[in-house]
Amino acid sequence: MGWFKRSPWILHYNATSCNGCDIEVIVSLTPLYDLERFGIINTGNPKHADILAVTGSVNEKSRQVLINLYEQMPNPKVIVAVGLCAISGCVFQDCYNVMGGVDKVLPVDVYVPGCAARPESIIDGVLKACEILEEKYSQQKKIQSRLAKI
Amino acid sequence: MNTIQEMFQVWSMLERMLAFVLLAPLLGGLIAGIDRRVSARFQGRYGPPVLQPFYDVLKLFRKERIIVNRFQNFTMVLFLIFTIFSGALFFAGADLLLTIFSLALAGTFFVLGGFCVGSPYSHLGAEREIIQQVAYEPMVILMAVGMYQVTGSFKVSVIAQYQSPLILYLPGVFAGFLYILTIKFRKSPFDLSMSHHAHQEIVRGMTTEFSGPTLALIEIAHWYENVMLLGMVYLFFAFNPWLGIGIALLTYLFEIFIDMNYARFKWQLTFGSSWLFTAVAGVSNIIVLGLMKI
Amino acid sequence: MMNALIFLILFPLFISLLALFLPRALPGRKVIGTIANAVLCAVPIYLLFATLDQGPSYFRLESGLINIGMLVLEVLIAAYIIYLSVRAKRYLPVILVVVQLVTMLGFEFSYGHSIQVEHSMFLDKFSIIMALIVGIIGSAICLYGFGYMPEYHEHHPEVKDRRNYFAFLMYLFLSAMFGIIFSNNLMWLFFFWEVTTLCSFLLIGYRDDKASRDSAFRALNMNLIGGVVFAFGIVILFVSSRTMELDKLLLLDQGVVLLPAVCFAFAGLAKSAQFPFSSWLTGAMVAPTPVSALLHSSTMVKAGVYLILRVSPVMENTVAAQMLTLIGGVSFLVTALIAISQSNAKKVLAYSTISNLGLIVACAGVNTDAAVWSALLLIIFHAVAKSLLFLCVGIIEYKLGSRDIEDMDFLIMRLPKLTAVMMIGMAGMFLAPFGMIISKFVTLKAFINTNPVMAIILAYGSAATIFFWTKWMGKIISIRHGETEVREHEVSNWEWTTLGILAVATVAVCIAFPFISFHVIDPYLMQLFNTVPVVDTFNILIVFVIMFGLLIILPLGLFYYAFINKDYKRVGTYLGGGNISNITYEGAMESSQPIQIKNYYLEKYFGEERLFYIGVFVSLTLIFIMFGVTAI
Ligand code: SF4
Repeated sequence: MGWFKRSPWILHYNATSCNGCDIEVIVSLTPLYDLERFGIINTGNPKHADILAVTGSVNEKSRQVLINLYEQMPNPKVIVAVGLCAISGCVFQDCYNVMGGVDKVLPVDVYVPGCAARPESIIDGVLKACEILEEKYSQQKKIQSRLAKI
Repeated sequence: MNTIQEMFQVWSMLERMLAFVLLAPLLGGLIAGIDRRVSARFQGRYGPPVLQPFYDVLKLFRKERIIVNRFQNFTMVLFLIFTIFSGALFFAGADLLLTIFSLALAGTFFVLGGFCVGSPYSHLGAEREIIQQVAYEPMVILMAVGMYQVTGSFKVSVIAQYQSPLILYLPGVFAGFLYILTIKFRKSPFDLSMSHHAHQEIVRGMTTEFSGPTLALIEIAHWYENVMLLGMVYLFFAFNPWLGIGIALLTYLFEIFIDMNYARFKWQLTFGSSWLFTAVAGVSNIIVLGLMKI
Repeated sequence: MMNALIFLILFPLFISLLALFLPRALPGRKVIGTIANAVLCAVPIYLLFATLDQGPSYFRLESGLINIGMLVLEVLIAAYIIYLSVRAKRYLPVILVVVQLVTMLGFEFSYGHSIQVEHSMFLDKFSIIMALIVGIIGSAICLYGFGYMPEYHEHHPEVKDRRNYFAFLMYLFLSAMFGIIFSNNLMWLFFFWEVTTLCSFLLIGYRDDKASRDSAFRALNMNLIGGVVFAFGIVILFVSSRTMELDKLLLLDQGVVLLPAVCFAFAGLAKSAQFPFSSWLTGAMVAPTPVSALLHSSTMVKAGVYLILRVSPVMENTVAAQMLTLIGGVSFLVTALIAISQSNAKKVLAYSTISNLGLIVACAGVNTDAAVWSALLLIIFHAVAKSLLFLCVGIIEYKLGSRDIEDMDFLIMRLPKLTAVMMIGMAGMFLAPFGMIISKFVTLKAFINTNPVMAIILAYGSAATIFFWTKWMGKIISIRHGETEVREHEVSNWEWTTLGILAVATVAVCIAFPFISFHVIDPYLMQLFNTVPVVDTFNILIVFVIMFGLLIILPLGLFYYAFINKDYKRVGTYLGGGNISNITYEGAMESSQPIQIKNYYLEKYFGEERLFYIGVFVSLTLIFIMFGVTAI
């Protein structure tokens, strides 16, 4: 059974968001959208999280933090880039301090477009991420069993 | 009406222990699931499936083991073992005090785990966890003392079979116990060290550095503990088993209600108010009982 | 048998003289010391097994000459104290000594000829327990001193090196302790009592600077107050009932002996540092560690509770006994609370000592079979575990250069073996099975029938106990990988041996606890109450399951996690993603900030100044009531 699908826990990190997308992420927890009905929880601790939801573009300051957080997450884990900034840098693309989208530093699995991304699409993206999580787990297991054979 | 009591008598001690070890996590997980559902309803949300806690735990078991130091997980294993042990003692009908102390021992391992990882957030959580322990410990002991004063025995099996309603002798103790039960269930306003899901504190408090399977163990230990605590509530109403079970569940609902209605207290308030409330409700009751006897 | 007792008193005396006069350069000194310590351990053990099935035995001793000798020595001690006090320009001790001396001399001259003492010495199970504690732990501490004192003088070049004198005092102290334990003649007991007072005074003042002189005189004053009251008690007792023997005391009519018994209990309170006398014990922490360990775990304070437990049967069912219980209870609760606010390791130990002794005193006051049972067990467990902890802190103090608990971060990385030993001691103090089961479980059961107030005090006090121990324990076992220097190899073998002995003793006492209970404590209770507390065998079984569970699971688990378990990935601690290394994180302006973790001390609630005076005030009131009601 896909337990990952049923209980994905999110870590939300604001790389350099204008806060527009952040608010949308929080909104999806409110009674109107109620993320928790999918078992999704916003944990705030990388060590408990399965999904890293990043808002905003990556800059020199947030780069290392992002990498640190990602490293402290246990496998399997996926990254969701929420909002245009996280995808490409959006209007801030050309700023001297902005490096661009999250995929400049970490492997992004799901892109959620929109400026700001709508809660519906965020939820959709997270649920997509769950599938990938499941896939990653089965791959991981396959690799492990193959390694064990060797 | 007395089927529960009969069951209690028919089963041998070992059977009762085994039943606890096997059934308590199921029951505890279910209660936790209902808790989350009801909490969500209180907030006007739909809420997760009732079986959500089980999904979470099963998922956690599949996660990678990441650690800060090699021994951190051992403390949590000990925590689980001693929690189960004390619960089993309780349902076997053994000495109530011994049960309480062995639970305190489990709690100490839990705290030591938080200290041992050497992370600032865990440390803070552990520090607060001790404060919570100190806050509830007197009342828990006084509960045992009160029950002894009425029934003349510390044995859970004797207390459970006491024919007249304990609650009539121990209203103050029961009130005090309800108060600290909020701490034990890790409910707001007293969830300083480790809170339930949707609540956030300083990162995750005590459990910040514990992830994957170990976190699952902590969760399971928490289920065991909750069932045992509800068992203690039951003791106050044991003269009528169905009433006892009903009240125990009502108590849990009440705690959820409190949880939904209060913001988190500071530790100063948590600590001070618990001791004060223990002194007012619990101690006065004990002293009155002491005087009655003389 | 009697020879063994006399041997135990005289042998340490002999060793102490040897220590004083043998030149320090003599190569065999430490060998002699080791052999002497071995003998001191062996004889009480021999006594234990030789009298295993016997009741108490009493010994007659031709005491004429000894009495005169003691009197002369008493005068000499008094003169010495007066000399020292006058030199230090402190006059309270002078007054106290003079009062005491006049009382005793007057008593001796007016009644001396008519004192008839049948049995001067005796031996029962309680004395054997005490002898074992004094013999084994006392001599282990002396052994530790061999390794510790050279280092002490290295660290404190300003202190005059009087090591011979130090060893002399330590062994003299042991001798006096044996004297207290075996004396049935109250005059003798008083004499040895005063010798311990003098020794503790000199030992505490060993450093001879202002702070230690202050503490030494404080200890002297308080113990002399106790001594004066003790002397009054003896006089009153003899005048009213013409007895001078401890065992006869219990047979007399309560109305006659109540007042002297209260006087003796008062002296015991002073010696065991209960409120209002607690400050001498906390002050005594300036002394070198072996002194603190000796005074506060196994000997001095135990002499106090010993006397209280001896006389408490006399006070049965009186207001005085209730007051005694409450004084113990107040000391227990208040000092446990104060200990929360202390970060000085030795002070925490000192306060927890007072707290434990308070519990013992309270048990003595309750004086039922169950209460005395737990009091005796508390004495044993406390002596073993607490001396172990004192000695550990002594080593840590020099390896880390601090005795502050806040500086003991990651101790387990720096002194792993020592930390392990310390954990055993701490577990002995407050965790299962000894600490938790004995000190809370049994005492609570003992109190609950007689005194609900004490049950309440115990409920709060035990919570406080958990607090200060757990946070200390947490501090020393926190692990962080990074630059920490291992300094364990610098600990001397003498010290390791002692720690080893005591750690093994802690575990052994725990395992042997049914044996101790059945063969040593129960006979004593039979002799006292004709009943023994009924202990639920099922409970004992559970205690054993917990204990053996821990003894088996802990090493196995540690082994498994250390060597076998490989299925993990190590990551850094969570620092908001700002990790630079294991011990630093990135702060503002690209600065690198070290992680610092501190404990809570709750000064605002449990500050020393705040609670100390409350304790003193309450206990003084209780003491006044105790004497007032008895005198009327
Ligand atoms: S995508 Fe738009 S709303 Fe979101 S962070 Fe960027 S600028 Fe703000």
